[in-house]
Parts: sequence; structure tokens; C-alpha cells
Amino acid sequence: MISPRVYLARHMQVMLATLGQMVRSPMSNFMTIAVMGIALALPTGLHVILKNVQQVTAQWDGAAQISLFLKQSVTDKQADQLAKVLRQRQDVKSVTRITRNDALEEFRQHSGFGEALEALEDNPFPAVIVVYPTQESDNLLTVQGMLGSFKERPEVELAQLDMQWLKRLYAIMDFGRRGIWVLAAMLSLSVLLVVGNTIRLAIQNRRDEIEIIKLIGGTDAFIRRPFLYTGFWYGLTGGILSWLLVTLSIWLLSGPVSQLATLYDSNYSLTSLDISSSFILLGMSILLGLAGSWIAVSRHLSAIEPE
Amino acid sequence: MIEFHNVSKRYPGSCDALSQVSFKLGSGEMAFLTGHSGAGKSTLLKLIAVLIRPTNGQVLVNNENIGHISRRRIPYVRRNVGIIFQDHKLLFDRTVFDNVALPLVISGVPHKEIGRRVRASLDKVGLLNKEKALPITLSGGQQQRVGIARAVVNKPPILLADEPTGNLDPELSREIMDLFAQFQQVGVSVLIASHDLDLIAQMGSKVLTLHEGRMTAGGMHNEPQGQL
Repeated sequence: MISPRVYLARHMQVMLATLGQMVRSPMSNFMTIAVMGIALALPTGLHVILKNVQQVTAQWDGAAQISLFLKQSVTDKQADQLAKVLRQRQDVKSVTRITRNDALEEFRQHSGFGEALEALEDNPFPAVIVVYPTQESDNLLTVQGMLGSFKERPEVELAQLDMQWLKRLYAIMDFGRRGIWVLAAMLSLSVLLVVGNTIRLAIQNRRDEIEIIKLIGGTDAFIRRPFLYTGFWYGLTGGILSWLLVTLSIWLLSGPVSQLATLYDSNYSLTSLDISSSFILLGMSILLGLAGSWIAVSRHLSAIEPE
Repeated sequence: MIEFHNVSKRYPGSCDALSQVSFKLGSGEMAFLTGHSGAGKSTLLKLIAVLIRPTNGQVLVNNENIGHISRRRIPYVRRNVGIIFQDHKLLFDRTVFDNVALPLVISGVPHKEIGRRVRASLDKVGLLNKEKALPITLSGGQQQRVGIARAVVNKPPILLADEPTGNLDPELSREIMDLFAQFQQVGVSVLIASHDLDLIAQMGSKVLTLHEGRMTAGGMHNEPQGQL
């Protein structure tokens, strides 16, 4: 009945008209957009932070290592002997020896407590042998077996699996990721309600107009369209605002973070939202805007019937 | 064009607003619907515009029984019925042009076509020079004529008017009625609800009289039940 060209032109016209309406009353619309932007920026920002943490820890991934702290009575020679024996094991990729002096020196340089050491008469550090398992044996079960056998050696005071803390970190990050999803779900719901409420008010403000359009033969789709486009614009602008907020926050944090990284001898710098995440953010935001207005429209439009 | 067969309408919790009403309005025919307030004039008009549904009987518009059409069909039925309201029902935040263009926009008429048809319609009611004005700046009679221009811009085969001269002085009322007569002459069926008996007498058209929901003059009486 209506040619596709007219249909398309009509959509474009409604799209621009609703944008025009929003621009004409910037204050009230800005409130809605700001609420959306902030609500979406929170989970997005946390996501970016988590991603950064992941990036930092990625380099450690799978690098289980077993530190064998040797007894004070063990001489350097004996330690060398032990390292040699360990090196010959099938499940060991490499072995690093840290002598007591090396340990002391390293501590002096990197810990910042070097001067405290001067007060001590003896070198408090034990000699350490760090064992790196081969790729094949780098799983918890095998590594724990290795750990057990190392513990039994007479030279070893303490054998410690350095994967434990990494596992804990991953568990915490898993928890964080889940937390972000929960937060995102709840904030999305609030965005939905905010948009829904704004559209509901818009519908009520234009009650007369809707009635008249129904009286002269406007279809539900025709009446729905401007409200859906308004929801779309809220979604788009809210999404852009949240993107700006996240990007700005990351930019503000990047200075201190790189300073911190320098202190850790790293040239690590914060990464902001990548392109795909940005598009996902905008897409989600638009979807929420549309869904919110759809809910409001389907709930409230049918209630308006001309008499 | 419009046929009522034994139409009754009962609102929930009240007696019949219309009972057993039967009448026929042919193509290019003009009729007045009279009766005291509460006689059922508005109910009858609302049935034709599918604002309400009949409790009993059949309402035919363009040979289509609109008593039981689906909700989705309603807008398309209304596009064939131009309605003129006593309170004009204009959009006050839009110009006269945009008000009159609304039915065309709704039914997806191409942009170029809209301008031409809106101006033709405004010309017909003598308001061509007011197309850029806002309705609020117009007099009551002018606003009514904008309402008429909007009702006819789509060239509907049926025009309904609910007390179109209710607030106008006799001279303006007469002008409005003459306008309706012109539409009738080009083949539009016109049904006007009015209690202005003097004016009705001047026009010399068919008169349908309602009294307490029954058609006491102008209708088809004693129609056998279930004829259709």
C-alpha cells in the first residue's frame, strides 16, 4: 500500500523530527541521558579495569614455579648439587639458583628496605632453588606431586608452590567478573525503567495528539514510531555519554598508573575501551533505550482511546 | 454508504443508548441527525467511526460490517470517514498546514503530493492564506474550517460532523453548512448531528430524528429481524 521509498522517507523524517524535539528541550532530556550514561559507565568502567588487571596477570599465566627454600646449614656446594639433580628430572624444564648473597642483593635493590639490612649482622636470606615444571607437567595435580617429593628432601626447609596466589587472584577476578555482570544487569534494569518512565511522561504529554491521530486513522505503528525513535536517541546519546565518561576516567587514571608502573620497573599503561567493546556498549545502550520505550509504549498507548 | 440494521448499543450498567436503529445513507446523500441531548446522536456517530462497537445489529460502512472488525483494521476504516468535531480537535503546537496534512502523513502520501492536496483542501474552505498560521490565532469559525479541511483532505467517501456549528453564530453556521452541501454534491455522504432545527429546515435535507435511543423519523422502520 505504501511504497518502500515513502516508508523509508517517513522513518527518516520521524527519526530527525524526534531528534529535533530532544534538542529543543535539552535540560529535561539531558537528565535522562545523564542517568543512562552514568548507569552504563559504572559496569563498563569496571569491565575496563578488570580487563587491565587481566592483561597484567596474563604474562604470569601458567607459569607455575616451585620455590625451594634451603636450610641455613646447606652450603652453596650442596645447593649446587641439588640443583643439578633436580635439573635432570623429566618433569622439570629449568632450575634457577639464587644464592644467599644474590637474594640479599636483590632485596637490597628492589625492596626499598636496604638500609634496614645494614642493621643485621647475618644474611637472613636462605638460598633458594626455583624449579620450573615443563609445559606437560604444568597442571595442579602433577605440580603438587612434585611439591611433595621436594618437601621430603633433607636440604629443603620449605617448598612453596607459587601458583597458589595466582589461583586466588584468578578466583577473585572470576568473582569480579560475575559481580560486574550482576551490577550491569541491575543497572541495565534501572536504565530500562528510566527510559520507560521518560517515555511514559512523553506519552502523557501528547495524549491529545495521540487521540486525534487515532481518530483520523493513524495505526498503532504510526503512533508508536516517534516514541521508539526517542528511545533510540536516548540509547545512542546515553551510550556516547557513558563512553566519554569511561574514556575520561581512564585518561585521568592513566597518569598515576604509569607512575605506579614505573615504580615496579614496568612500562605498563592502562588500556581504554577497545573498538569492539565500544560498539557493544553503544549497541547495548541503544537496545536498552528501545526496549524501555517499547515497554512504556505497549503499556500506555493502548490505554489512550478516543471517545 | 452507511447502513444500520437493528442496531442497539448498551453501555455497561445503563439502559440502551440506541435501540433497534435502522437507516440508510446512500452515496452523495446528506442527512441531519437530530434529537435532544442524550438521545443517542453521539453514540450513533461513534459507531460509524468504530469508537465503540454495537451490542446488537449490523453497522455497514462501504458494505463492510464494521461491528466486529479486528482492532488492526480500525484505522483503515477511519481513513474512509472524515470526522468534524464540535471542539475541532486541532493540534495547537502545529501550523494549519501541518494539521490539515496529518491524515495524508498517516496514510503515507508522498511529500510532494501532500503540499498540493493540503492547499487544495484549504482553498476549498477559504483558508489558503492561513496555512502558516497556528490554530490558536484563528477565530472559532476559522478553526472549524481547518477541521473540515483536515476531514476532507483524504477525500473520504463519508463525512461525519458532530455539532459542527455548536459554537458559531447563524451566519457562520450557514457558511459551514453550505460547505457540507458542496461536498455532498461531489458524491460524499454527509451525516451531521445537530440540534439547530432552523438551520436544518433551511438546508432541506433528509432528517433522522432520535428520541431516547429510538429513531422516530427518517429511519427504516419495522425491518424484519435477520433480513441480512
